[in-house]
Amino acid sequence: MNAAVIVFPGSNCDRDAVCALRDHTAKSVHRVWHRDTYLPKVDLVLLPGGFSYGDYLRSGAIAARSPIMAAVQAHAKRGGLVVGICNGFQILTETHLLPGALMRNAGLKFLCKSTPLRIENADTPFTRAYDDHGETAIPIAHHDGNYFADEDTLDRLEGQGQIVFRYVNNPNGSSRDIAGITNKAGNVLGMMPHPERAVDPLTGETGGLAFFKSLAGAMA
Amino acid sequence: MKAIVHIRPRSGVLDPQGQAVAGALKHMGFDEVLSARQGKIIELELGDDDEQAVRQRVQKMCEHLLANTVIEDFSISIEP
Repeated sequence: MNAAVIVFPGSNCDRDAVCALRDHTAKSVHRVWHRDTYLPKVDLVLLPGGFSYGDYLRSGAIAARSPIMAAVQAHAKRGGLVVGICNGFQILTETHLLPGALMRNAGLKFLCKSTPLRIENADTPFTRAYDDHGETAIPIAHHDGNYFADEDTLDRLEGQGQIVFRYVNNPNGSSRDIAGITNKAGNVLGMMPHPERAVDPLTGETGGLAFFKSLAGAMA
Repeated sequence: MKAIVHIRPRSGVLDPQGQAVAGALKHMGFDEVLSARQGKIIELELGDDDEQAVRQRVQKMCEHLLANTVIEDFSISIEP
C-alpha cells in the first residue's frame, strides 16, 4: 500500500509519521506539500501533528483551507483512508470531515506526557491490531485537545461506534473522555495522541505500534 | 469601508480562558466581576463601498473561515 503525509508550514511530526508508516505500514510513503493540488496514487493520507500556520486564528483553521485539502476531501469521499493526528485532527474538524471542534485544554496548560487510552472500537481499519476494550498508552502533546461537540452529536458518535479511543484519565476536559473518533463511514480518523511517537522501544514506549500494524492489515 | 468582526465563544461552551481572566480579576480585588468571556476582534479593510454587499461578503468570510460556528458566535459591524 502507498501512503502520503501532508506537510504544512509548521508541521513538526511529519518525519516521524513517514518513518512509522515506512517501517510498519506502507510500501512507499510520499511527502506532499500543502500547496500541491494533486495527491499521488495512495491508499492512505496522513495529516501530521505540529503547529500549522503557527495555530493562527484557530488551530488547524488555515491549513484546512490550503490547496491540497480539496484533494484530501475527494480522497475521503471516495472512501480512501485519512488519519489526522493532533494538529491533523484539528484540521479534519475544521474541514468538517469530522464533527466537533478541539478547544483549549480545560486546565489551560500545554500537556506533553504518556497517556493511558482505552480502545473503544477495535473493529476499524485503524485499530484491528489492538484488543477490543483493551488499554494502551500513547503520548499526547497539545494545548488545544479539549474535544467539544453538542450532546446530539456526542450521542450519535457513541451510538454509531465512532468513538475509537477514550482517555482513561481525562487530561484536557474532552467531552465524554474522547481521544479519537472516526467519521460515520469509518474511513476518516482523528486522534489527539501521537502513535507515531510510540513505535520504537528506543523512545520509551510502543503503544502506537498496533495502530500502524492495523493500517498495514487494512491495506493488505 | 471597514468591517469589524467580533468572535466570542458560544454560550454554553466552556471558556477556560475567560474563566482564568475572571479568576485573576477577582483575585486582584475586582470583586464585582461575575464572569468573563474571551474572544477576538478582526478588523477588515475592504475595497468596496456598498454596505449591503460588504455585509454579505463578510458574513460568508465568517462562516467559511473567521469563526468556527461549532464553538463560536460572531457579529459584524460596518464602519465607513
